Amino acid sequence: MWSSFKRWFHQWGSPKWFYERSLVWSRWLGVIALVCIPAGILWGLLFAPEDYQQGNSFRIIYLHVPAAVLAQSCYVLMAAAGFVGLVWKMKVADVVLKSAAPIGASFCFLALFTGAVWGKPTWGTWWVWDARLTSMLILLFLYFGVIALESAIQDAITAGKAAAVLCIVGVVNIPIIKYSVEWWNTLHQPATFKLTEKPAMPMEMWLPLLIMIIGIYAFFGYALFLRSRNEIIERERRTLWVRELVERESAA
Amino acid sequence: MNPKRKQRLLAVTFIVVGVGAAVGLALFALSQNINLFFNPSQIAAGEAPVDQRIRVGGMVVEGSVNRDPNSLAVTFNLTDYNGVVTVAYTGILPDLFREGQGVVTQGRLDTQGIFQADEVLAKHDENYMPPEIQRAVDKAKQAEATN
Repeated sequence: MWSSFKRWFHQWGSPKWFYERSLVWSRWLGVIALVCIPAGILWGLLFAPEDYQQGNSFRIIYLHVPAAVLAQSCYVLMAAAGFVGLVWKMKVADVVLKSAAPIGASFCFLALFTGAVWGKPTWGTWWVWDARLTSMLILLFLYFGVIALESAIQDAITAGKAAAVLCIVGVVNIPIIKYSVEWWNTLHQPATFKLTEKPAMPMEMWLPLLIMIIGIYAFFGYALFLRSRNEIIERERRTLWVRELVERESAA
Repeated sequence: MNPKRKQRLLAVTFIVVGVGAAVGLALFALSQNINLFFNPSQIAAGEAPVDQRIRVGGMVVEGSVNRDPNSLAVTFNLTDYNGVVTVAYTGILPDLFREGQGVVTQGRLDTQGIFQADEVLAKHDENYMPPEIQRAVDKAKQAEATN
């Protein structure tokens, strides 16, 4: 068991293996995203019942919550990749970290933006400096920091190391975002969904949300594989296997 | 695992634990400042500064909302079920403002202990419900009250 996990781990750490195997994965994830996102959006925006207090404006949850959840998961993934990259010196981990950052930053921005749009009619303000909103804004700046480091440093290995350190240090922010609504008084409400409890929402409301979350995760996987494959080809352009690949593709 | 890798693993773990501890201590020390608002019971206990811009948050007490018929002035009581503070506000209240609902107000506490608010924000809770279910709940509550 352990040795097969170790083998699997090292196989995915090889750029060539990653490049070859990721195509199938990205295709399947793309199909799931293509089914789930339109289904979830249409169901959530058109057919789910409206809320007894917020009316239709609550429907922004179908974009806001998946984006916010993904922005946080993506950062944890980057920190994990940074950890593997620093300790095991795996090239693929650096590639994944670099490729994930812009996707995570986009979703983080989307979560902040949809939250502000919802906050105006519900709370009466676009923005308030409470712990949840502020820590989420810090997450966006952390993403910007990672992207800036990656593009500011020419040498890919040095850039990867610097970004990995920033990711690992910044991951402290993730539990702060998660628990900010419980530790402090905030304007943002606590989580509607908890792993250990029944959701504070009926099924006809949370089912489309669940579909959206699955769709967004699938889309993230799809985009991440695509971007990583691109990055691998660029970084490994001098190796034999990439040259052979290019020759084969151009001959076909 | 070779010794070099083990060394790096230790270094990275040390960074994570160290940064985590430092941030944790800083947040713990700052926790009063990170709270967005004071609770009514904190105001009642005199923990909030008088005549400084602060926020107070709580539930609007049922039946406590008094609107001035000639202006936009309104007063209401806020509670956290431990203490009560009276809020005076002039202006348009947010759509979700209603009795029994959470709000966060910003303003100054005057010397009589009345909170002079210049901004009222509605706080939404984590519960979502279709309106039909809410009507059914209200009906059940009414039936219980009449029995």
